[in-house]
Amino acid sequence: MIEVLDTDTCTDCNLCVQVCPTNVFEAMPEGPPLIMRQTSCQTCFMCEVYCPVDALYVDPDAEAVHGLTVESVREGKLFGSYRKAIGWHKETRHRRHIDDHFRIPQ
Amino acid sequence: MNQPSQESHSASSGTTEIRCDVLVIGGGPAGCWAALEAAGAGAKVVLVDKGYCGSSGATASAGTQIWYVPPDTDEREAAMASREAMGGYLSERSWMVPVLDKTYESVNRLADWGYPFPVDDKGAQQRISVQGPEYMRLMRRKVKNAGITILDHHPATQLLTDGRAVVGATGLRRQQGGQWTVLAGAVVLATGGCAFMSKALGCDVLTGDGYLMGAEAGAELSGMEFSSAYAISPAFASITKTALYRFAQFYRRDHSLIEGAGSARGRSIIARVLLTEPVYARLDLAETEEVKAILRRAQPNFFVPFDRRGLDPFIEFFEVKLRLEGTVRGTGGLRLTGLDCATTVPGLYAAGDSATREPICGGFTGGGSHNAAWAISTGAFAGASAAAFAHSSATGSGVSASRPPFTHTENAVDPQAIIKAVQDEVFPLDVNYFRTHAALSDALDRLDRLWDSISSATIADESQALQLRQAQAMTATARFMYRAALSRTETRGMHRREDFPKQDPAQHHRLIVSGLYTITVRRETIDPGVYREAAE
Repeated sequence: MIEVLDTDTCTDCNLCVQVCPTNVFEAMPEGPPLIMRQTSCQTCFMCEVYCPVDALYVDPDAEAVHGLTVESVREGKLFGSYRKAIGWHKETRHRRHIDDHFRIPQ
Repeated sequence: MNQPSQESHSASSGTTEIRCDVLVIGGGPAGCWAALEAAGAGAKVVLVDKGYCGSSGATASAGTQIWYVPPDTDEREAAMASREAMGGYLSERSWMVPVLDKTYESVNRLADWGYPFPVDDKGAQQRISVQGPEYMRLMRRKVKNAGITILDHHPATQLLTDGRAVVGATGLRRQQGGQWTVLAGAVVLATGGCAFMSKALGCDVLTGDGYLMGAEAGAELSGMEFSSAYAISPAFASITKTALYRFAQFYRRDHSLIEGAGSARGRSIIARVLLTEPVYARLDLAETEEVKAILRRAQPNFFVPFDRRGLDPFIEFFEVKLRLEGTVRGTGGLRLTGLDCATTVPGLYAAGDSATREPICGGFTGGGSHNAAWAISTGAFAGASAAAFAHSSATGSGVSASRPPFTHTENAVDPQAIIKAVQDEVFPLDVNYFRTHAALSDALDRLDRLWDSISSATIADESQALQLRQAQAMTATARFMYRAALSRTETRGMHRREDFPKQDPAQHHRLIVSGLYTITVRRETIDPGVYREAAE
């Protein structure tokens, strides 16, 4: 479930409000969006990979909230880790081409 | 540019009204391919999505293999023959051939558009799979660049008819508030299947909305008994990618091996054990570092939950569960009357998981490959046909909603409670996976009563309108499923009847359901064609 929005890094671009398929975020007249409907989160990680500044963190548990904090996620170096893995980070662009499905032993 | 005409957005009255040629409902792969094809035929197209076209649906967050087979006679023959027995001989080669052709052509277009397919050691592109975020980001770009109007966060709630044909739809503007109406010459339903909000990856938006809207307009559904697909996932996570479990073995709590358990043929053994005790997995069949690296590069999202928990799935045991994927990985859906992807209602077309996938899969699909091909090809077929229909028909007068208006205003219900009640009927393995007459009919009785109490209900708060509609769609879907499941007194495809464990040659037919208040079932014969009846 979406657990953390790092308000220090967030640029208030509200892209997460747009891309979240289940409408979890709410844009505010000023400042970062709010995680308004946390239990509607389907844990699809889409907000995380679209966030241009890696300010969001989705915990893999789809059913329970674990009370994570900006500090704990930062300590684990987890911000942006999935975006990097799929090659959507500037430094990892080469990864967009590495789909090894065809190499999986049959 | 094909801009829709007579567009009006009114903030003050809280309504959006648009007139166009083709309305596509749903912005996953099927909806995007439908919209592109319709626009390519010169139609003015509007695409509405409940969430966001590009991130919504089962594909965007997951990624999928594709039934991409070069037009080589032997390869095509093998591809078509491979799943016929598993599907219970309910598929038809008259569909497989054009689906394979259109998929091949469309995936090659993806490559032309710059999709970053991987390259093998000889420098040849490998086009048998796509990564979800990358694929759907590209599809959104293509849809946008084709001049198609995309309305995100605009869930459709009902179809509009002129008494003869479907002529549009209405829905909610869930972020701005208010409602939208699109009048169209034809409508394509590409709303996906129904996974009953099981938290299967990306599937909570797939609540059977198209089945309900279609049935309200008079459309038939087929294969709804093939709706017992469950995916393996870590108990602590939503990642329902099952392909890599081919490299897993399954264990009891004391780490003793469960013989015969596996992700493909042995999934029923896992399900059987799960009825009484937890099951654990470990990807210990991926033995070399080289294979492990390949798996990581093939499915980065599979590893996200493990990496975030600091758990190594290749050496550590982790608890698994089965999450219902219903008709997303099942094959039931709206019945198509032919390759034009028309439903039984004029002006209404269906594509992707919202349409029955029986024509190419029969009663079973494993992974995503056929499902992806189905979305791509039926999207294109439906888009083209809808554009042609819109071109040939004049929008009639006397437009009305296809469902009766809310009548019992005093009857306010809690959508969350309805959703929970439906889940209690469809999640349990001993009802939906291992099916019996007794358990199915008890569940169907309760679901019928639930339907009677909510079909005309209203909510206390306008913000719950979408939730109520989704709850109604899930209730209707569950009733279609169990009504059909009761009628098929045999085991075929994924439909497993404990009280009828054998395939019955006398039931080599499709089951067509229709109606909402009273659901009727009829049989449809299949051209036996090249098939032999399974000699089980």
